[in-house]
Amino acid sequence: MSKFKLHDHILVPKHILLSDEEAEEVLKTLGVSKEQLPKIRADDPVAKEIGAKPGQIVKIIRESPTAGKSIAYRLVI
Amino acid sequence: MIPKRIAGIRFEVLSPQEIRRMSVAKIITPETYDDDGYPIEAGLMDPRLGVIDPGLRCKTCGGKAGECPGHFGHIELAAPVIHVGYAKLIAKLLNATCKECGRILLKDDRRDHYINMIEQKKRLGQDCEDVIKEVFRVTKGVKVCPHCGTEQTEIKFEKPTFFYEGEHKLTPKDVRERLEKIPDEDLPAFGMNPKAVRPEWMVLTVLPVPPVTVRPSIILETGQRSEDDLTHKLVDIIRINQRFMDNKEGGAPQLILEDLWELLQYHVTTYLDNEVSGIPPARHRSGRPLKTLAQRLKGKEGRFRGSLSGKRVNFSARTAISPDPNISINEVGVPKIVAEELTVPFHVTDKNIEEARELILRTEHPKANYVIRPDGRRIRVLDTNREELAEKLEPGMIIERQLMDGDVVLFNRQPSLHRMSIMAHYVRVLPYKTFRLNPAVCPPYNADFDGDEMNLHVPQSLEAQAEAKILMSVQEHILSPRFGGPIIGGIHDHISGLYLLTRGEKLFTRKEVMSIIKPIEVKELPKPKYVKDGVEYWTGKQIFSMILPDITIEFKAEICQGCEECKKEKCEYDAYVIIKNGELVSGTVDEKAVGAFKGIIIDEIMRKYGSERTRKFIDDMTHLAIRAIMYTGFSFGISDEDIPEEAIKQIHEVIAEAEKKVEELIKAYREGNLEPMPGRSIEETLEMKIMQVLGKARDQAGKIASRFLGMDNSAVIMAVSGARGSMLNLTQMAACIGQQSVRGERIKRGYTYTNRTLPHFKPGDLGAKARGFVKSSYKEGLSPVEYFFHAMGGREGLVDTAVRTSQSGYLQRRLINALQDLKVEYDGTVKEQTSGMLVQFRYGEDGVDPTKSFRGKAVDVKRIINEVLSSEGEQVREYE
Ligand SMILES: [Mg+2]
Ligand SMILES: [Zn+2]
Ligand SMILES: [Zn+2]
Ligand SMILES: [Zn+2]
Repeated sequence: MSKFKLHDHILVPKHILLSDEEAEEVLKTLGVSKEQLPKIRADDPVAKEIGAKPGQIVKIIRESPTAGKSIAYRLVI
Repeated sequence: MIPKRIAGIRFEVLSPQEIRRMSVAKIITPETYDDDGYPIEAGLMDPRLGVIDPGLRCKTCGGKAGECPGHFGHIELAAPVIHVGYAKLIAKLLNATCKECGRILLKDDRRDHYINMIEQKKRLGQDCEDVIKEVFRVTKGVKVCPHCGTEQTEIKFEKPTFFYEGEHKLTPKDVRERLEKIPDEDLPAFGMNPKAVRPEWMVLTVLPVPPVTVRPSIILETGQRSEDDLTHKLVDIIRINQRFMDNKEGGAPQLILEDLWELLQYHVTTYLDNEVSGIPPARHRSGRPLKTLAQRLKGKEGRFRGSLSGKRVNFSARTAISPDPNISINEVGVPKIVAEELTVPFHVTDKNIEEARELILRTEHPKANYVIRPDGRRIRVLDTNREELAEKLEPGMIIERQLMDGDVVLFNRQPSLHRMSIMAHYVRVLPYKTFRLNPAVCPPYNADFDGDEMNLHVPQSLEAQAEAKILMSVQEHILSPRFGGPIIGGIHDHISGLYLLTRGEKLFTRKEVMSIIKPIEVKELPKPKYVKDGVEYWTGKQIFSMILPDITIEFKAEICQGCEECKKEKCEYDAYVIIKNGELVSGTVDEKAVGAFKGIIIDEIMRKYGSERTRKFIDDMTHLAIRAIMYTGFSFGISDEDIPEEAIKQIHEVIAEAEKKVEELIKAYREGNLEPMPGRSIEETLEMKIMQVLGKARDQAGKIASRFLGMDNSAVIMAVSGARGSMLNLTQMAACIGQQSVRGERIKRGYTYTNRTLPHFKPGDLGAKARGFVKSSYKEGLSPVEYFFHAMGGREGLVDTAVRTSQSGYLQRRLINALQDLKVEYDGTVKEQTSGMLVQFRYGEDGVDPTKSFRGKAVDVKRIINEVLSSEGEQVREYE
């Protein structure tokens, strides 16, 4: 069975792995600690695809009918 | 300090040792107080159990009343008794274990298999109840013990606390001995943790005696002591316990001992729960059933729902509501007797001391009820002390002044499902006994006047009053966050009135105009539209324009027929509304313009001029509408549904035609000539086609009726303008009620074995009449068969609403519980308040407050463009 990328699917929003510096920056602007972010599991298929490891932060960009683009962050656990 | 967190709660069963360990006194005598009124040692009111009398100190902890939490005592029971709460579990355990060796009736590997399953489920946070149920089910079927080979007999459980092995009755002592034999290793298979529960603890040998603080005695006016129900019950228990012991020592016959044992069991059972089935409840001398332990916790007035979740307040009132169109939407009419009881604190300073003095000296309505001195003493103002109190008044005192005009209060109607269910109103003290409210605020409260009651609360602090005025005023809630449009607006007569006033070109003389605009503030009349023979004439549209602020909008009215190509201002139905610079140029004002939920004009004024101006517009609009409808006169009666012979004939023809068509369809079906529709069986196809034909027939009948009723008919006016009712209602009244349905299908159930709905029909009749088609109109009246089918359809509707309300109520509760401490922060994020968890990065993804949205959309581009262009003297047309 050939493997295909989850990200190629139209319904999968873009997941981007943040660097430590970027992650730091995001937490500073949001004014929260890592643990207060929503979570994504490291064994989530899309997390595996981008190689996210527990403790890292993933940025998710979704298309929104009302807001155009909506950005969310998740802590990998 | 690091806040401590509760990691979990574990429930265990108290062991006899534990009960003795936590006890501070062994209770042996049923007496409570001696002749001098002092509590007896080792009695139920033993001073070691805590204090309730002020002044005394606890013998155990030395605390005063209020400081000492109370301490448990215990009673050594002369014979073991079953705990009712565990009786069912005991029965299950007895049947699941060997009567001889006490082992579970399963081989060890099978037992371990179940234990593993339960542990795994618990680890995953799943419910293990079903596995435990299976263990009990499997073990009950085992006839021979796999460990010692003893044959098992089934134990029969009889409510509430009796166990029989065949004919032989087991005493609690027998039961306890059997439970003792169950080894710890077998318990996890029953979902029990041996560290927390030993099964024999479910048979009581020691009874804890709750502290006196839990069952305080009260002293009646006569000076007599009246004991708590729990104390009464404990007295009974100790008495029988004593009797049992005396008889046993005295060597009484077994029969008498057994009777006493059973009596002890009865008292302990009713002490724990006085509402168990199978035994009569213990009663007070007066015949009132006692309120024992379970009754304190259970039900609506119990500890959980009544004391912990329930809140009650002062400074509140409740009474029936009735309408008053003459008060503003942000006012509430408060009956004088209510206003005389409710108070607002008035803080006395040297600036207002004279005003305060006057209030105290008054003998009528807005007067002072109480004076509160700086030390907190409250003194009621009476005829006898009025002068004295006024004289002694000084800054720093607080007087409680009666509610009066202009005070701000919170007004509420249950079920309080959205924020508009509690709004701030200004008080108008009025005669009679009902709260009065402007009918235009009925929609947000979902109120009507068929006996509805509402609550009123008086905010006491200045902060609360300010908050109520700024955040909760009615005018701040004209736009609903539910759909971003007005929820407060014209209803019923307001819409009919303005429709009658503004439709077409109605002319009014000066005198008539003055009479209509009497309740509204108009400084200057516009120029009359026509002057004929020296008489000035104004149009209804001009009159309506007098209350409009400077706005410019265009829209299709509710009465719009949806013509293929809209002729705009030349619309023959006068259904295209154009308002130019606050002047109604064309179109009819109806529900779409000023109605609650739709009201485009209200929406526009709110966005352009804000809440206060909108409030004034709604007040003016309702006043004007009511004057207008009174000027024309508006009534509706049974004769308004009269249609001429000719129309009746046409309707009958249409229905006869349809019935014939149905017969043809059935014939085709029986002969097998019916072509099934894609994805449907032939039967389904037939049903759908019949429904279609009959539905069409009803619509046609309605069309015929409305053609003959005409646009001057009151019911038609109400239906088309959106004031009340629909054309369907009218059709059913005047022409034909139509198909009755149950679960979306034609009525088919009834005498199943003969396959017909009623004995009036032949078996298997699929015709219109036999399956619930009502061809009569409400006016004509229904035939008995039609009436029956109509009742079936009607009943389904009633049941549906009843079920839906209870379901949605519970859903709402859960939703509120889950979301109650989410808050939109100033940076637009949504956070959980206690943990600081981020829930949304931007409120609702787009950060839009739905109240300020335009019917759900973030911005109303068309409105903005129009505004920009109109400031340059141009207009863009509404295209839709
Ligand atoms: Mg009602
Ligand atoms: Zn104490
Ligand atoms: Zn055995
Ligand atoms: Zn039109």
